[in-house]
Formats: sequence, C-alpha cells, structure tokens
Amino acid sequence: MTLTELLRTAGGDPATNAGYRDHPPRMGFFTDTSVCIGCKACEVACKEWNHVPEDGLELTGMSYDNTQGLGADTWRHVAFIEQRKQLGSQEPGVFHDGRNGSTAGGSSQLRWLMASDVCKHCTEAACLDVCPTGSLFRTEFGTVVVQEDICNGCGYCIPACPYGVIDQRKGDGRAWKCTLCYDRLSVGMEPACAQACPTDSIQFGVLDELRQRAAARVGQLRDAGVADARLYGHDPDDGVGGDGAFFLLLDEPEVYGLPPDPVVTTRDLPAMWRHAAIAAASLAAGVAATFLGRRP
Amino acid sequence: MTPPEVTRQGVANPRPGRQAPTGGRRGGAEAAMVPEATFDSYYGKPVINQPVWESPDIPGYFYFGGLAGASSVMAAAAEASRRPRLARASKLAAAGGLGLSLLGLIHDLGRPERFLNMLRVFKPTSPMSVGSWLLSIYGPLAVAAAGSEVTGWFPRAGTAAAFGAALVGPAVASYTGVLVADTAVPAWHEGHREMPYVFVSSAAVAAAGAGLLSAPVAENAPARRMAAIGVAGELAGSALMERRMGLVAEPYRRGKAGALVRAGQGLAVVGAAGAALAGRRSRLAAALSGLALMVGSACTKWGIFEAGLASARDPRYTVVPQRQRAGTVGEHRTGQPPPG
Amino acid sequence: MGTSFGRGGATTFQQDLQNSDCIVIEGSNMAECHPVGFQWVMEAKARGATVIHVDPRYTRTSALADVHVPLRAGTDIAFLGGIINYVFEHEKYFREYLVSYTNATTIINDRYLDTEDLDGVFSGLDRENRTYDFHTWQYEGMEVQAASGQRDEQYQDRAGGGGTVRHAARGESHGSGGAAISGDPEHDPEMLHTRCVFQVVKRHFARYTPAVVEEICGVPQDLFLKVCEAVTSNSGRDRTTAFVYAVGWTQHTVGVQYIRTAAILQLLLGNIGRPGGGIMALRGHASIQGSTDIPTLFNLLPGYIPMPHAHEHESLDAFIEADAPDKGYWGNMRAYTVSLLKAWWGASATDENDFCFDYLPRLTGSHSTYETVLAQMDGSCKGYFIVGENPAVGSANARMQRLGMAKLDWLVVRDFSLIESATWWKDGPEIESGELRTEDIPTEVFFFPAAAHTEKNGSFTNTQRMLQWHFMAHEPEGAARSDLWFYYHLGRIIRQKLAGSADPMDRPVLDLTWDYPTEGSIEEPSAEAVLAEINGWDPEGRPLASYQQLKDDGSTSCGCWIYCGVYADGVNQAARRKPWHEQNWVANEWGWAWPANRRILYNRASADPDGKPWSERKALVWWDEEKAEWAGHDIADFSSTKPPGYRPPEGATAEDAISGTDPFVMQPDGKGWLFVPSGLTDGPLPTHYEPQDSPFRNPLYRQQRNPVRQVFKRKENRYHPDPESPGSDVFPYVVTTYRLTEHHTAGGMTRWLPYLSELQPEFFCEVSPELAAERGLEHMGWATVVTARNVIEARVMVTERMTPLTVQGRTVHQIGLPYHWGPNGYSTGDAANELVGLSLDPNVHIQEAKAFTADIRPGRRPRGPGRGALVEEYQRRAGIGEETGMAI
Ligand SMILES: Nc1nc2c(c(=O)[nH]1)N[C@H]1C(S)=C(S)[C@@H](COP(=O)(O)OP(=O)(O)OC[C@H]3O[C@@H](n4cnc5c(=O)[nH]c(N)nc54)[C@H](O)[C@@H]3O)O[C@H]1N2
Ligand SMILES: Nc1nc2c(c(=O)[nH]1)N[C@H]1C(S)=C(S)[C@@H](COP(=O)(O)OP(=O)(O)OC[C@H]3O[C@@H](n4cnc5c(=O)[nH]c(N)nc54)[C@H](O)[C@@H]3O)O[C@H]1N2
Ligand code: SF4
Ligand code: SF4
Ligand code: SF4
Ligand code: SF4
Ligand code: SF4
Ligand SMILES: [Mo]
Repeated sequence: MTLTELLRTAGGDPATNAGYRDHPPRMGFFTDTSVCIGCKACEVACKEWNHVPEDGLELTGMSYDNTQGLGADTWRHVAFIEQRKQLGSQEPGVFHDGRNGSTAGGSSQLRWLMASDVCKHCTEAACLDVCPTGSLFRTEFGTVVVQEDICNGCGYCIPACPYGVIDQRKGDGRAWKCTLCYDRLSVGMEPACAQACPTDSIQFGVLDELRQRAAARVGQLRDAGVADARLYGHDPDDGVGGDGAFFLLLDEPEVYGLPPDPVVTTRDLPAMWRHAAIAAASLAAGVAATFLGRRP
Repeated sequence: MTPPEVTRQGVANPRPGRQAPTGGRRGGAEAAMVPEATFDSYYGKPVINQPVWESPDIPGYFYFGGLAGASSVMAAAAEASRRPRLARASKLAAAGGLGLSLLGLIHDLGRPERFLNMLRVFKPTSPMSVGSWLLSIYGPLAVAAAGSEVTGWFPRAGTAAAFGAALVGPAVASYTGVLVADTAVPAWHEGHREMPYVFVSSAAVAAAGAGLLSAPVAENAPARRMAAIGVAGELAGSALMERRMGLVAEPYRRGKAGALVRAGQGLAVVGAAGAALAGRRSRLAAALSGLALMVGSACTKWGIFEAGLASARDPRYTVVPQRQRAGTVGEHRTGQPPPG
Repeated sequence: MGTSFGRGGATTFQQDLQNSDCIVIEGSNMAECHPVGFQWVMEAKARGATVIHVDPRYTRTSALADVHVPLRAGTDIAFLGGIINYVFEHEKYFREYLVSYTNATTIINDRYLDTEDLDGVFSGLDRENRTYDFHTWQYEGMEVQAASGQRDEQYQDRAGGGGTVRHAARGESHGSGGAAISGDPEHDPEMLHTRCVFQVVKRHFARYTPAVVEEICGVPQDLFLKVCEAVTSNSGRDRTTAFVYAVGWTQHTVGVQYIRTAAILQLLLGNIGRPGGGIMALRGHASIQGSTDIPTLFNLLPGYIPMPHAHEHESLDAFIEADAPDKGYWGNMRAYTVSLLKAWWGASATDENDFCFDYLPRLTGSHSTYETVLAQMDGSCKGYFIVGENPAVGSANARMQRLGMAKLDWLVVRDFSLIESATWWKDGPEIESGELRTEDIPTEVFFFPAAAHTEKNGSFTNTQRMLQWHFMAHEPEGAARSDLWFYYHLGRIIRQKLAGSADPMDRPVLDLTWDYPTEGSIEEPSAEAVLAEINGWDPEGRPLASYQQLKDDGSTSCGCWIYCGVYADGVNQAARRKPWHEQNWVANEWGWAWPANRRILYNRASADPDGKPWSERKALVWWDEEKAEWAGHDIADFSSTKPPGYRPPEGATAEDAISGTDPFVMQPDGKGWLFVPSGLTDGPLPTHYEPQDSPFRNPLYRQQRNPVRQVFKRKENRYHPDPESPGSDVFPYVVTTYRLTEHHTAGGMTRWLPYLSELQPEFFCEVSPELAAERGLEHMGWATVVTARNVIEARVMVTERMTPLTVQGRTVHQIGLPYHWGPNGYSTGDAANELVGLSLDPNVHIQEAKAFTADIRPGRRPRGPGRGALVEEYQRRAGIGEETGMAI
C-alpha cells in the first residue's frame, strides 16, 4: 500500500471505506434553496432537538439573517440575500430608479434568496481526517459525527473544514456540529430540521435518490427559465468526493458564503508528508554538514 | 405541466410543493446574465471558520517544537564532534523547547484533561495525531538526554537518548509545517509544498540561535554555519512559497502578520550576519546574534500563524483562488461551463 | 364574509389551495405568518398555478410568488375595485353562476343612491350620529334584516317602538351570519334592469379604471393589468382562482369592505364553493376562530347568536321574532338558543321561565376592547381580566391601554411570563418618562401563571374552522394552571360564597350547570366533559350528532349549535388523526370542522344548477341520481337529499325555503350577495376611502374617509391633519405594521425564548434606500418615528424590498414596522402600537393599524419628559387640535 493509498479514503461509499459491512444506504440532504421561505424552522428545530445553546443576540443588518453562519451553536443556518437580479421571469414590482413607471422591459429587479446551510457530511471529510483523537467518526449512514465524550478540544477540525462548519463551543472547549441527527436516524426517524421544513426545501433521504431528484429539479428550473439554478456539492468527483448534504443554489456559491471549489486538504497530505520527510532529512543533513570540517 | 385538476376521482396529478417552479413560468426563457466580474461574498463573512488556536500557545508550540527538534540534532552532532558545551546547551534547549511546546499545545486544548485522548488512535491522516505520537517518542528521549546531561547519571544511556532524539528531532521540527498546511486556511494550505522547509529552516535558525547564545565561541562554529544555512533556507523557502501563493501571499506582507514576518526575516539576517562576522571573536556578539536568531525564528512562526488567521478572516483568500481553479478545473470536471 | 355568503368563516381550507390555478395573496404575508399552510400554495405552483402577492412590502411571500405588486397601504378597495371593473368591462364574469347563485339579478329599490350619486356617501347617512340608515338599500318591494348578530339592534324596528341601539359589533366579521328576509324579491334574469344588482354594481365600480388604480394605489397600469389577466384567465368554468387574506385587510377603517370587495369579485368570477376557489381568511392566534365561534366577544353568544340588548321586557319569543329570519338555516334560531340555555342552566331552564332567557346579560351599548379602555380612563370600568393578551404592546395606542389600567381598582393578568401588561405600573414607559409614579397608581395587580397548551387538554379551532384536540403532555409546573382550571374553580368558589343566597340577582350564577368532573392532583376540570356539553345531548342524554336534531322545546341541550356533532357517538371527533394517505384529499377524518364537518363551504356551488360539476376538472360535490343524494369529495354543504330540482312550496320556512339550486344556505334567499342590502354599517357596496391618517386626498370623491368610521376625541389619541391642509406635511410618510415569522404578536410567547429572540433580536424599521437618503437614515443606525400619539425608536433596516411609489404624481415612501416588541423579555424594543391611533372599522371595531402616517428622523428618541415634549412639539407644528381628523 502506497502512502497515497493509505491516506486517501476517496471514492466509493464512505461507510464501506470506514469498515462497515451490511450498512444502510448512505443518507443525506438535498437542500433545494429555490423553495425555501426563510422561516428558520429548521434552525429552531435543530436547536430544540439537539439542545444547542443560544448563539447570541445581535441584530446584524444582514437582511433577516441574525444567525450569521454555522458554528458550534448553530448547526443549521439560513442565509438571506437581497439582490438586484432577476429570478426567472418573476415580477418583483419594486422600483429603485427614482421612477415608478412602466415595467415594460423589466426594469424592476429584485430577488430575495434564502438558503439553509448545514454540515456537508463530506465523502472525504477533512474534519474527520485530521481529528487526532478519533472523536470525529463516520457512521454506518455515511455521515460524520463528533463524539462529545472523546473530543479534547484540540481545535484541529475547525480550520480543516473547507466549509466553515464545525466550531468550538465557548466555555465548553469541544467542537460541535450537525450530527445529521444520528440518534434519530438510528431509530428510523427523519432529522429534526427536515421534518420541520414546511416547504420540503430540506429533503432527507438515500443520497443516490436525492441526487437523481436534484438533477431532475435543476432541469425543471432551467426549463422554466431560471438559468441560474445549479447544484452544489452533488458531484462525487468534486474536491471532497461529493457532499452528503448538497444543495440547489440560484447563484454562485460564494454569494451564500460557500466556497466555490472546496478541496479536502488531506488530498495533498501524501505530498506534504513527502515534503516534510525531505525537509526533516535536509535538516538532519544540514545540521550535520555544519559540523563538518576543521575544528578551531 | 398539467394544470390543477380535481376530477370526480379526486385530485389529479398532485405534485409536491418542492417541484414548484419558483420564480419561473414555463417557457419564459431568460436573457443570459452578465457574469459577475467582481468578487462576491456573503456580507464579507469568512467562508471558513477561524482557527480557534490562540497566540502564544500555538505559535509557541510551533516555535518551541522546532527549536527542540533542531536542537536535538545539533546536540547529537555536537556530542559526536566532541563539543560538550554546545551539546549540553542544545540538549537543554531541546528539552526546554519540548516542554514549552507541549505546554502550549495542552494549554490550548479546549479540554486539557483529555490530552491523552491524543494517543487513543494513530491516524496518518492527522498530522496532529502523527505529531502526538512523534512527541511521545521524542519527548522521553530529549528529556532523558538533558536529564543525564544535567545530573551526570547514566551517561551512556543519556548519549543513546541524545542520538535517539536526534533521529526523531527533524520530524518534530517539520511535522508542524504539515499540521498547519493540512487545513483549509488559505495562507497555510496554499504553501503546503514549501511550508515544511520553511518550518525546518526556521527551526534550524532557532536552534542555531540557542547554540550561539549559550555555547562558548570555541564551540559555536557549527551554530554560526547553521544560522547562515537556516536563514538562507528560510528566505528562499518563504520567497518561493509566497510566489506560488499569489494573492494568498498578501497576508504575509500586510498588517500584524506582515510586520512579524518582516521582523523575523530581518532579525534572522542580522543574527546570521552578526554571528558570521563577530560570533567567533566576541562571546557577547555571539550571544546577541543568537538571541536575534531565536527571536527572529519566533517572529517567523508567529507571522505565519497570524497570516493564516488573517487569510481565514477575509473570504477573498478562500474564494478567489478557488474560483480561478474552478474556472479551469471545473470545466472539464463537470462538462458544464462554469455557472454564471 | 358573513354578509356576502352567510357565514363569516373562511370559505375554504388551506389544503384546497393546491387545486387553484391562480392564488392571489393580498393582505396577508402567508409564507411568514402561515408558513405551514403555505406548502399548499407551493403545491398549486408546482401544478402550474400563478401566485400573486399584493403587499406594500416585498416579503418572504413575495420572494416565492410569480408576481409581487407593491401598493400603498390602505388602498386595496381601489385595487380590487379595479379588477372588478376589468371583469365587467371585458365581460369576464361567469354568467351562469352569477344568474343562478348570486343576487345579481335582484332589483334594488328606487330610493337607493350610490356613492356615485352622492359624492362618496350612500343614501341614508345620518351625519349627526355618524351612522347609516340602511332602509334605502333594500331589495325592491321587500325588507331584508341585518345579518344575524346585529339584528337585535333593530329590535325596536321590528317589535315596534322607537330608537334602536346602535354601535354593537360583530367579532372580526367571522360569524355564522345570514340575514332575515321577508317576501320574494324581484328579479331580472337578463340582468338588464338598471336597478338590478348586476347593473348597480357595474356602475358603482365603473370609475375604478387602471389609471385610477395607479393614481390611488401607486401600482403601474401594466402591472395591474397583468394581475387582471391572470385572475380572469384563471377563473370560469374550467379554472379557479383563490384569494388569501389576513389582517392586512381587516385592520382598516374600511376593513370589512376590503373583504367585501374580494367577495364580490369572487362571486362575479364564480369562484366560491368550488375547488381551488374561495376566499381563504387566515386567522391568527391558535384558536381565534374558536374564540369567535364560542366567543370572547361582548356582543355574541355561542354560534353567532346575538347577545340581547337591554330592551325592556323582551321575551325569548320577541328576541327570536326580532332576530330570526324565516328562511334559511337561521330559521331554526329558537332551537339553537333554547338548547344553549338548556346547556347553561339545565333543569332550571324551563318553558315556564323562558328557559332562563332573562339570566342572559344584556348589552347597553358597545363594550369592545377599545371602548372598555375609554371606560377605564373615565373611571367607569373598575376591574379587568387580561387572559392571553398583552394590550400594553399588542393593542392600538398602547399608552392609552396603560393609562386606562392605571385607573383600575384591580387587574388580573394570566400569562406565561411577566408581560408588559403585568408590569407597566413599575417599569412601563410612563414610569420612565415620569408621567406616572408607581406610588400614585391605585390598581391592585394580580398575576397568575398560566399553563401552556402542552400542559392541558383542549381543542383549537384553526383558521379553517377545524377543531383539533390536544392532549396534556406534561402537568403544569408550580402554580401554573390552565384557564379552564382558573375559571372552573373561580366559579366554584363564587358559587360557594353565594350558596344559600335568596337574592334573585345571584340565581343566574347559582343555577348554572357547574358540575364538571376534575382529574389529577391539581383537580383539572375535564376538558372533554366541556366538549360533550358543547356538543349537546338528546332527551335521552345521548350525544347529538348534528344541529338538525336540535329542538326548540327544551328537550335538547347544546352549548354551541355550530359545534353540534363534534362529540357524535360519544367520540371526540376533534381528536381524530387518521393519516392523510388513508383517506381522500379532503381528509374529513382529521379533526372535525364546523359546520357538520364540511371543509369547503357553499360547495353546492361547485356543481351547476342541475347538480353536475361545472367542469369535470373541477369536481367537488355533485348530485348522484342513482342514490338520490349529494356525493363528492367533501360533505355537501346542503341538505344531503335535496335534489337540484327542488323548489320550495308556498310558505315554506327555514331550510325548506331554500331551493335545490341555492348554495348559500345560510342566506335567506340562498344567494351569494354582490350587493348587501342590509347587515353592514357602512354601505351596501365597498368604496375607496382614505385611511384616517393619510397623506393623500381621496381622488374619487369629496368624501375623504369612511363617514361612519369610529373616531374618538381624546387628547391621548390625536389624529393627523387632513391632506393638503396646513400641517399635513409634518407626517409625510405612510406606515404599516406587521409580523415576522420569528416572533408572535405582542411577543409574550417569543420574546422570552432565546431560540426565537436570537433570530430577530431587536425592534427595527424597514425603509427604502431612497427614504434613507431623504432623511439621512443609516442602515443599522437608529431612527425615531413620531405620530401625534407617541414617539418610538427603532434600528434602521435599509432595504430595496421597500419601494417608493408614485401616487397622484408624487413619490410616497412607506415605513414598515414589525409590532412584536416591548420593553420586557429577552429581546426588547419599543412597541409600534405606541404610534397607532384609535380609529376603528364601524362593523367590527378593529383598529386601523395597517395604514397611518408618521415622520421619521435619524437618531434615538428622547428619554424622560422629553418624550412627551417631542410629541407635543409635533402636534403644535402640525396645528393639531381636538377637531383634527374628526370630519365625517
Ligand atoms: N410568525 C407569526 N405568524 C403569525 C403571527 C405572528 O405574530 N407571527 N400572528 C398570527 C396572527 S394573530 C394573525 S392575525 C395572522 C396575521 O397574518 P398576516 O395578516 O399575514 O400578518 P401581518 O404581517 O400582520 O400582515 C400581512 C401583510 O399585510 C401587509 N399590509 C399592510 N397594510 C396593507 C394594506 O393596506 N394592503 C395590503 N394588501 N397589505 C397590507 C403587510 O405588509 C404584511 O406583509 O398571523 C398569524 N401568524
Ligand atoms: N400595530 C399592530 N397591532 C396589532 C396587529 C397588527 O398587525 N399591527 N395585530 C393585531 C392582532 S391580529 C392580534 S391577534 C393582536 C395580538 O395581540 P395580543 O393578543 O395582545 O398579543 P399576544 O402576544 O398574542 O398575547 C397573547 C398572550 O397570551 C399568552 N398565552 C398563550 N397561551 C396562553 C394560555 O393558554 N393561557 C393564558 N392565560 N395565556 C396564554 C401569551 O404568553 C401572550 O402573552 O395584536 C393586534 N395588534
Ligand atoms: S462540512 Fe466540514 S464539518 Fe462537515 S463533514 Fe465536511 S469537513 Fe467535516
Ligand atoms: S476538536 Fe475534537 S473533534 Fe475536533 S479534531 Fe480535535 S478532538 Fe477531534
Ligand atoms: S440533521 Fe439534525 S443535527 Fe443536523 S442540522 Fe438537521 S436537525 Fe440539526
Ligand atoms: S425550514 Fe425549510 S423553508 Fe424554512 S428556512 Fe429552513 S429550509 Fe427554508
Ligand atoms: S405556528 Fe403553528 S399554526 Fe403557525 S404555521 Fe406553525 S404550525 Fe402552523
Ligand atoms: Mo390576530
């Protein structure tokens, strides 16, 4: 086994790679932001079910988003984006060119995008890879979960995650994130956030089926004139081997605060170890070299 | 799409609401949008979460680890080349560096009492796991070497330990380079090829500094040479790294991180030059040069640390390189033009 | 809606919205305020429906709609009137439906004069008393009485004698109404007679052209026409359009007429009683529908039986005589009333004593919540129960609410938390400003912690008239108790104290049936026993199955006739929870809806006069020849075996007088009413009036505002100057108030919860970038908002979702204020209701909280006495006095 093979868990089913046999199919989320109404029921349901503490009272002015982002105390986050852009052929009826005249020519432009973000449960999860304690582990459903009784708060998973998901809880020291409701899945229940979502923006299910549904959906929206519709994180060939929780977006990922092309850094780890080894050897050699030659 | 019908049999062709064509009506083809030329972000919020590692714990951990690892090598070489005072100084520097390094690491843990969980598993995918195991091998050796040196007990074992520590020491000095690079922090990861070299060079600078500071001029020649080589390596490595990083190198040149990096390089150059020019004659000059080298190395590690934090804070450093990459890579990967 | 269709509830249920071809959400922010129900809008959209949101603000509902139409708050009658005019003009009405099912063909008497004739008022206006005499609005050759619930006001009228008692109100116009009628009206089936309703309505709306709509509402004509086309092309035989509204329509001085306008439009288009059609009135509080069905309103008895007025020596018979029509289902009012009296007074209620009719309290005038506040301020109201309400934040002119409470002898507050209405005497805004001092306030305040719905058994009656049972999941903690517990034990203790009293005054209390079993350690009364009493029993003591079984001889008892059947067979029908996939889409076996578990009202109208669905693609109920009964998805809102061919015999009464083709069974003529000859206090047809405080003249008539709106001459409640008069420019901006998904109403249930508070942590106002520039407001900075009533401060949210409008050729800016905040709790802020004045809809006494004017300026408001001083300064600048805004 080469170093690369040893280090890469890429490809295939993550639960199988993690050594599970006869495991259930990989479960995940397809969050279709085009039907999100920004009600934040997912945020609240998640907190209620998982006893996640309150995350601070701050009026941010970021449209209706006062949550700001995912973190130790926010495992679902609903983003709000107000844009001067057209949503398909929607007629938003607002006028900001100092004029309230004819809409002919579609001069009125506004759209309000809402999107519920969550841990991606990456096929190749950087957080899991770098966790030195084994606190982060892969479940039989292919999801990524922190074991709170093991985490020692080293904080390594936090900068490792390319999506800015996992974070350390103040005053507790440990890292926390979405568990994809492991406890609920284990007893055949749907995750709390998906169950609370009134519009089915959050769809939970067998990942393969979700991917098919998502492909159909994006086609449907494009046919309907929403050229901006695109999937994000659905592709098993992307930089993290595909997300267990993927999305339908209506704009560039970064507009939603998502990285446009995240790559699990462990992919470069073999190279890094090689460089480290050479560097170490050079250090040894270099130091030795300084001792060569004449002593005074 | 068939319109909403209710026949005598009931609701015909029901459709879940999630299939609603939001914003769009059938057939309404939309004019292609002008792709955004400018960089977009979500209210300027960072894409990735800030590392929660704190200063001085973590940069200290890097710095002292480097000092320790390189010092061990130097100690063994000094021992082998019969420079006892340099060997003694280096062994002590190694043990002290190790202690402070571990202290920084443990102090920074959210749950320090669970430090030993580090050794629950061995994970080559986790540089911190690898590092923990390295330290757990290296630590006793370095401590034994220093202990024996100070107490004079078990001199043979002490020597063996010193050589053992020298074998592991380079790895201790270099793995932290991988540790920072194996994150999504742009200013760290984008330098993942060069980072180990920069780290070991900086470690060599620190160890050389420690040697110069505490060894007599008679024995400090290797340290002086090491300072020169280390500084050269560090400068070259950093330059290469920053060039390859492109935009992401900005944080190394700006603000607090920029100041630290500049100070680090400046002090290192001054230290190396001082050592080369006056280090062999003046004990004071040697000591001052050594101090400059040590502080310079610390500044470099701090600078790298701070540059990482700064790059994580600004979404530009995450988004722009990825976007550039997606622009080229994305195309063949998905078979679709980049969205926009 | 009661006056148009016969019952005040939503005509449909939310699940049926999935069958709509077009949904117009206007006067509601459905996605934010009814997010769960909104899924049915999304399903309709998935099936191809067009969704239109008409709202001053671009909201989360607009974000998901196909079209958002911003309009100036308070102008919906003009907007809808414009669509009505379009329908007439382009002959888009559903003619067969109109002729068969509405009063379009009925001839109005020749004394009727329209707003078109009288420059904005209808005939019969009594300027002195600010009331209308509606006798001139009658059908030709006959007389129609007001909808039930108001008819007792005309008792004198019918039973002989002088002056009527005016001013009574019907709760939020959600009754189970129906008007009295005598004689047979004249018709013109061709609808050509100049005085037939069709022509009258057509003439009335003729001036609401697209240009006028633009001038009043600020809606560009092409956008308006887009809506007209969408609505009309999605209505008719094969297609249906639904309207959805909530309090964006009701909280106006012409609120009831807003809904009337929609009712007229929906009748014209043939959209009532049909799948995917109807008017979905979204109710608010979890059981607000329930609290009008079994009312907390002063003027109604359960089931919309009117509360008797204080006429001398009025007997039960006279009460029924004065009130009950002889046709339609209200023809059985005596049975409903007697059964109610039997439920309350049991064995004591006998034929001899008029079934204790005299025990019922009597009305002496209007005792609506706002009049009660005035009575407190005047010292005539001494005690106050606040149960599940937070008027110090949620009611208009919040300062007046507190000043009223500060004059009471005692105040009881039952709530989960120490809401503002419970603590104003120690830390309210008037204490801060120095206007009140705690030591001077005589009010003794009692606070009782209340149990939440999860801590008690009981039912909710939701927005679609459906009762759903909830079970206690957990016994209430500490001293918290259910309201049922409180009232039962309060009654028990009072009865104990009165026991043995010979005073006839105490008989009504002592004779009550007050024998509910209690359960558990806290002696919680059995909610199911109460439900059984509401349902009623037959002479043998068996639960009744339907209100058709009710008798007027005292042999049956029933606590609320419209709920009769909810405990049929001794089974709690409201607790049924058969999953949707085990029954048809109407899901009649989930919970129980009144009337008689029907989900779509007037659904007879979904079939043509012959009983066949108008379209096989819009089938709901139909006449099954073979079985000789009405079949279909829903339970027919009709006598189940009355064939389409049935014609009432001469002299028939009650439901027998309704023919086989009359779907509006609560109406005396069985028709949907385009023109309401009686039952409304402010006119038989809706007409655009400006809000009480408005920056614009009414361009239609000289008449500026609803002439019979309720206004109060109080120094704490000043109005703004008439537009175009001196000082009118002091309050140049239009303000509207509303809700956010993240909070609930006056905040008692959300501002104390961290999980919700963190989502919307502070009070803010929404303004457009243009207004922000005009007034120097900064995003996330502070703004001070001032009216003649009070001044508040809010953080500023500058957003393009707020759009300037061009009205009457000039730009108008609107300010949006969510009204959830108050000074207590975890998330705090000023209350928007400090700004709102008392000016009420004359029919239902709802405050005009949705459209008023204000000034806005950067910075925080003054503290201490400076607060009042600033308001006074504004009043002075605008020249405001006693008479300002009081013109009829
Ligand atoms: N999350 C949440 N849900 C709730 C509640 C809550 O507090 N929070 N409250 C419940 C209660 S009690 C009720 S009554 C309902 C109310 O439900 P809604 O009536 O939907 O709620 P509002 O936000 O008060 O007002 C609706 C909309 O009316 C608009 N509006 C204001 N003036 C006008 C006007 O003149 N014309 C038109 N067309 N629109 C206007 C406002 O901009 C607002 O978007 O919601 C219920 N549901
Ligand atoms: N400006 C403006 N003002 C408005 C409106 C508006 O749109 N704009 N909307 C109006 C409307 S539609 C409404 S419905 C009102 C609402 O105004 P309120 O009814 O005054 O406000 P809530 O906060 O709903 O008050 C209900 C209280 O009941 C308590 N409660 C809940 N359950 C129970 C229970 O079981 N028992 C008891 N005893 N207490 C309980 C809650 O804690 C809460 O404090 O506001 C009105 N005011
Ligand atoms: S999104 Fe981040 S936290 Fe979630 S699995 Fe991937 S790497 Fe881990
Ligand atoms: S913080 Fe906890 S979960 Fe994260 S890497 Fe460290 S031990 Fe693992
Ligand atoms: S899956 Fe569970 S833990 Fe994850 S966001 Fe949803 S509710 Fe929270
Ligand atoms: S619950 Fe669903 S609709 Fe509501 S914010 Fe979350 S994803 Fe959006
Ligand atoms: S709060 Fe209750 S009533 Fe309101 S939308 Fe949610 S579930 Fe429905
Ligand atoms: Mo309400």
